[in-house]
Amino acid sequence: MSNEGRQVVIPGQILGETPALRPGRGTFVENKKILAERLGVLNIQDNFVHIIPLRGRYDPMVGDFVIGVVEEASTSNWMVDINAPYPALLHVHEVPWEIEFADTEKYLNTGDTILAKVLSIDESKKLQITLNDRNLFKLKGGHLIEFEPSVYRRIMGKKYSMIEIIQKYTRCRIKVGKNGRIWIDGDAEGIEKVLSAISMIEREAITFGLTDRMEEFLKKDAKDVR
Amino acid sequence: MKSDIELINSEGRRNDGRGPHDLRKIKIEAGVLHRADGSCSLEWGGNKVLAAVYGPREAVPRHVQNPLRAIVQARYNMAAFSVEDRKRPGPDRRSVEISKVISEALEKVILIEQFPRASIDVNIEVLDAEAGTRCAGLTAAGVALVDAGIPMRDIPVACAAGKIGGKVVLDLGKEEDNFGDADLPIAISPRTGEVLLLQMDGHLTVDEFNEAFDLAVKGCQTVSEIQKKAIMQKYQSAAAEVQE
Repeated sequence: MSNEGRQVVIPGQILGETPALRPGRGTFVENKKILAERLGVLNIQDNFVHIIPLRGRYDPMVGDFVIGVVEEASTSNWMVDINAPYPALLHVHEVPWEIEFADTEKYLNTGDTILAKVLSIDESKKLQITLNDRNLFKLKGGHLIEFEPSVYRRIMGKKYSMIEIIQKYTRCRIKVGKNGRIWIDGDAEGIEKVLSAISMIEREAITFGLTDRMEEFLKKDAKDVR
Repeated sequence: MKSDIELINSEGRRNDGRGPHDLRKIKIEAGVLHRADGSCSLEWGGNKVLAAVYGPREAVPRHVQNPLRAIVQARYNMAAFSVEDRKRPGPDRRSVEISKVISEALEKVILIEQFPRASIDVNIEVLDAEAGTRCAGLTAAGVALVDAGIPMRDIPVACAAGKIGGKVVLDLGKEEDNFGDADLPIAISPRTGEVLLLQMDGHLTVDEFNEAFDLAVKGCQTVSEIQKKAIMQKYQSAAAEVQE
């Protein structure tokens, strides 16, 4: 994220002119003027005008790590809800197991949680995900919570600093999906703490020095730290 | 319509004390509902409106999907207790029409090409009605869409003008709507001035129409500023709170 002052912009707001600046994510051009298309925070980097969204649905991109919930098992594929506007397809070729025809339910069934990767998106936004990679797997047990997808980068922090701090002080296993879902496994107290940390990040997403404040907040009632 | 009621006196004062070019009081708050993706509560004079936005999400049933763009499904509904004699609940001819014109107005500002096969659902609930609910509903829907983080070209805004006692005035109240000569609700895209919705009830001459139209556009611009302030208030304050 840039270090410029954080300015909140709203749709239709003029952000600059085209020859001098170039339109980036979340903007569009009309009559040589760059305009905001959504609510967000202005971010100008190398003459590119971007908008970091403050609200909104998860917009899937190829290569994103997402946490999905299986909705339906068919004979050769599963339909998985990944919190995007569209359901994602997981084909039997895209899982690490050998599956006999129509045996899909033995491996993944409705309600199961998986950590997956977005494999492809076609022009009509048909999504495919995959489990064929290391560190992609079925998540057993644990809790699933949702957050505002736009604050994903704040939850991870610079070079994963934020998520490492949370993990250190709460002693939970945490997996964060880019699609606004977090999977936590640990004792009840730890999970409680992760929840309050996440809601603190959501509340204070557009402020500076959040990581330091988070460390202070978690330190306050941490008994034993690894 | 002929009636003995004087809606506007010789000095240009209206029954509720407003001048001919004055709006009623407007109060807008964004993000009031937690289950919806975006929401807005709006009070406009005696109108109370709640708008909630869901989506973009996959449109169901399948046959309503458009493979090239999203569809916008606005649903305007009046609560049974929103008017004096209880209104029979459920969609009627009037609310189906208003839902349709609002959906079409919103489709013009939302960047629907970004979400093929999806649907953006806008629920507009009128809790208290006092003339001009379609304008209030559309204005609330605009704020709720921004709150839902939906990509848009502009924030749509609506306002009405009309004619009472032979004079063109802005933003009709209840009696003025019932006993006035004409009502002209419009919705515009305030940045470009494009017309998104235009309806008329009653009779106006061409000159009166032009006067009323210009007046309503001016009213829209005023309301638009209130909309923007409401959104900024919600999101800027979160930043300011912890920053000091």
